[in-house]
Amino acid sequence: MKNIRNIHLRFIVLFSLGIAVFTSCERDFSDDVQFATFSSNGDIFTDAPVGLTDEFFDSFDPNEGANPEGFGTDDNVAFEGSSSIRIDVPAPDDPDGGFIGGIFLDRGAGRDLTGFDALTFYVKGSTTATIGEVGFGTDFGQNKFAVTAQNIRLSTDWRKVIIPIPDPSKLVQERGMFFFSAGTQTTNGFGFTFWIDELRFEKLGTVAQPSPAILNGMDVVQQAFTGSNLIVNGLTQTFNLDTGVNQTVIAAPSYFNFSSSDIEVARVSELGEVSVVGEGTAEITALLGGVLADGSLEVTSAGSLAFAPPPARPAANVKSIFSEAYTPDTNSNFAPGFGGSTTETSITNNNGDFVLAYTNNNFTGIVFENTVDASGLTFLHVDVYVQSAGVEVGIQIRDIGGNQELETNTDNGLPQGDDVDFRFDLTGFTVGQWTSFEVPLGGDLATQKNNLGALILTGGPNFLFDNIYFYTE
Amino acid sequence: MKYMQIKTIQSVALTCLGVIAMSVISGCETDETQTVATFTNLVLDENFDNDGAPNDQVWGFDIGNGIDGWGNQELQYYTDRPENVTIQNGVLLITAQQESFQGSEYTSARLLTKDKFEQRYGRFEARIRLPFGQGIWPAFWMLGADIDENPWPGAGEIDIMEYRGQNPTVLIGSVHGPGYNGGDAISKEYTLENDRFDTGFHIFGIEWGPDFVNFYVDDVLYNQITPEDVNEETDGEGVWVFNKPFYILMNLAVGGTFVGSPNAETEFPQTMIVDYVRVYKNNAD
Repeated sequence: MKNIRNIHLRFIVLFSLGIAVFTSCERDFSDDVQFATFSSNGDIFTDAPVGLTDEFFDSFDPNEGANPEGFGTDDNVAFEGSSSIRIDVPAPDDPDGGFIGGIFLDRGAGRDLTGFDALTFYVKGSTTATIGEVGFGTDFGQNKFAVTAQNIRLSTDWRKVIIPIPDPSKLVQERGMFFFSAGTQTTNGFGFTFWIDELRFEKLGTVAQPSPAILNGMDVVQQAFTGSNLIVNGLTQTFNLDTGVNQTVIAAPSYFNFSSSDIEVARVSELGEVSVVGEGTAEITALLGGVLADGSLEVTSAGSLAFAPPPARPAANVKSIFSEAYTPDTNSNFAPGFGGSTTETSITNNNGDFVLAYTNNNFTGIVFENTVDASGLTFLHVDVYVQSAGVEVGIQIRDIGGNQELETNTDNGLPQGDDVDFRFDLTGFTVGQWTSFEVPLGGDLATQKNNLGALILTGGPNFLFDNIYFYTE
Repeated sequence: MKYMQIKTIQSVALTCLGVIAMSVISGCETDETQTVATFTNLVLDENFDNDGAPNDQVWGFDIGNGIDGWGNQELQYYTDRPENVTIQNGVLLITAQQESFQGSEYTSARLLTKDKFEQRYGRFEARIRLPFGQGIWPAFWMLGADIDENPWPGAGEIDIMEYRGQNPTVLIGSVHGPGYNGGDAISKEYTLENDRFDTGFHIFGIEWGPDFVNFYVDDVLYNQITPEDVNEETDGEGVWVFNKPFYILMNLAVGGTFVGSPNAETEFPQTMIVDYVRVYKNNAD
C-alpha cells in the first residue's frame, strides 16, 4: 500500500512540473499553490545545520544508556568555514549515559537523494579511536532505508569518510539524514572527542562496482517445514571507492528485491522474511539495484512438522535449556562457531513452536551462558527429529568445572583441565517422527555435575532438536 | 611497463593543465608553446568486429611468464587461449584469470603488433574500459621496433596508458629511453574527476611527431614530452629515441613491482575491454 502511494505521489509531482513548464508562458500559479517536491539539497551541516529539525540532534533513548549531553557544535574547530559538530564520547560509567548516539532528521517531509551516490563528511578525533557506527536512513520510524557503516577509524587530523548509498533510486523521500553511535570500546573506557564537518550527500561519480550480498555472501542450506518462518539477514552492499577501498555498508532489506525460485515451497516478503508454505526445495535470492547479491538461502521443506511430545514433568524438577514448556535456567549460545565447524544452526518457528535445526553438522555445541548446577538432577531430556535414515547424533554433556572455562584438547576433542564429560549416541530414529531420549548424567558426571557448561553435538548431519532440559524423576 | 617512479603532482596543477589543454584544443589548433598534431590518414582501423581470435595479420602474442615476470616480477602467465583473449560482440576481451597454470597463479594475455604493424609518428589511440582491483595492471603501450638489435631501454618505450587497479581514477602516461627509464622514466599522472576508468570506455592516445609526444585521454591533452623535456629531466644525459618505427602492445598484467600483488578483495576474472585501436598517419610523413 505504501509503495502504491509513493508512486502516485511521484506521478503527481512529475505531472505538476509538466503543467508548470507548458503553461508558464500563459499565467503563473497563485502563491497558494505548493508542489509536493522534496528538497534535493544534499547539505546537512556546513557551518550550521541545514534544513534539519529544531532538535538537530535526536538522541537514542537515555533510558537505554545513551548520553544526550555530549553533543554540540564547536566554533573553534572546523575543517572548512568556522564551525563543526563536536561529539564527546562518554566513559561507560558516565552518570549521563555510557555511550552517545542518535540521528539528524530532515526538517521537512524528507529529501530527494536520488541524485547522490554517497554521504560524505570530514572527521577528526582527539585520539585514534574508532566510531562504532555511522550512517543514514534511520528516522526513528520505519528506518526503511537505513544504512550503517561500522568501525570508522579516526585520525587526529581531518579525514574524509565516504558512506555509499546502496541504491540511490530508492531515496525519493528520505528524512534520516545522519546516524551515529559511539562508545569507548576502542579506548579502554576513556572518553574522547570527535568533530564532524562538511556533512552532506554528494554525487562523487567514483562510487562503483557494486557487490551486494545477503547472508553475508554465504550459500546457506536450511531445513524447514510448512509454517516455518525464516529471515534473510546479513544484508550488505559493497562499493569500490576512488581510493581503491572496498567500502561495505549494512543495508536495510528494502533496498533489496527478494525472490523465491518456487513460491509453492517458500515465499519471501520485501523485508526478507521467508514463509515456508509447502513441501520441496526453494532457493531465495536477491537483487540490489539490478545486481544479483552474493549468497542464497536454499530451503528444503518436508511438509508439515509434527510437534514434539509436550513435556509433562513438573517445572520444579527441571532445569531447561531450550523448550517452550519451561523457563530457561540459562541463556545459551546455539551457534558457537567452533573453528572447523561446518554446521548451520537455526532456530525455526514451526507454527509457534520453536525447534533447533542443524544442517550439515560435523560438530557444534550449545554453550550455556551460565553454568547449570545439576547436582540434584539425574537425566538430560532431548527430542530429536530426522528426515532421513542412517542419522546418528553424538551428544557430549560437558561439566566445565570451577574455572568456568570450556577447555577442550583441540587434537582429540577430549575435555581437559578441570572439565569432564559424558558421551552418548542418539540412534534408532524413526524417519519423520520425534524420538525422545533420556540421557543419564553418568560417567564422570556422576561425581561432577554442578557446573554443566555445554552440550557438544557431533555427526548427523541433519537433525532437529526440541525440549532440551535436565531433570530428576 | 618497466620500473618507474611516479612523480607526485599536485592535483590542482593537473586540473589547471587539463583546463589549459582543453582550451587550447577547443580554441584553435596551435599556439606559441605547444605543437598540436593533425593526423587525418587512418592507416590502422581495428574495430574487433569478427568474433573469435584477433586478426593474426595484425596481432601476435607474447606467451609465458617472461624473464623475471617480464622484468617486473609480474605474476601472470600469458596465453593466447580464448579464456584470456577473445573477441565477442565487437569488443576485444583481455581477461586475467586466477588459476594454476604452468606454475603461475594467474593467466592473462599480451597482444603485440611486432613485425606486423610498425610505424613512425602518427596518432595512436584505443578506446578501452579498464578492469579494477588491487594488483591489476592493464597497459596500452609501444616499443621501438628495433628492440631485437637495440635492447631496452635503447629501443625506447611509450606508455600511452598504464593504470593501477587500486587507483581507478588515475591514468599514467610515460616515455622511457636511454638515461630515463624504469624508475626514472618521464611520466605523468592524470586523475579523472567525478568518474573512473573502470565504469565506462575512455579513449587513450598519443599524437607523436618528430619532436614531441602529446598524451591525451578523451578530449583532454594532459601532457607533452619533447626532446627539451628529456634534456632537462636527465641533465642532458638522455637520448631522444622517438624517431623510428614503434609497434603496439596491449596487455593485462597481474601483480608485479608497479602495482603490488592482488589481495583477498581482488575479484577475478578481471577483463580489459577494447572497443577499437586506431592509428593515423600524417600524409606528409
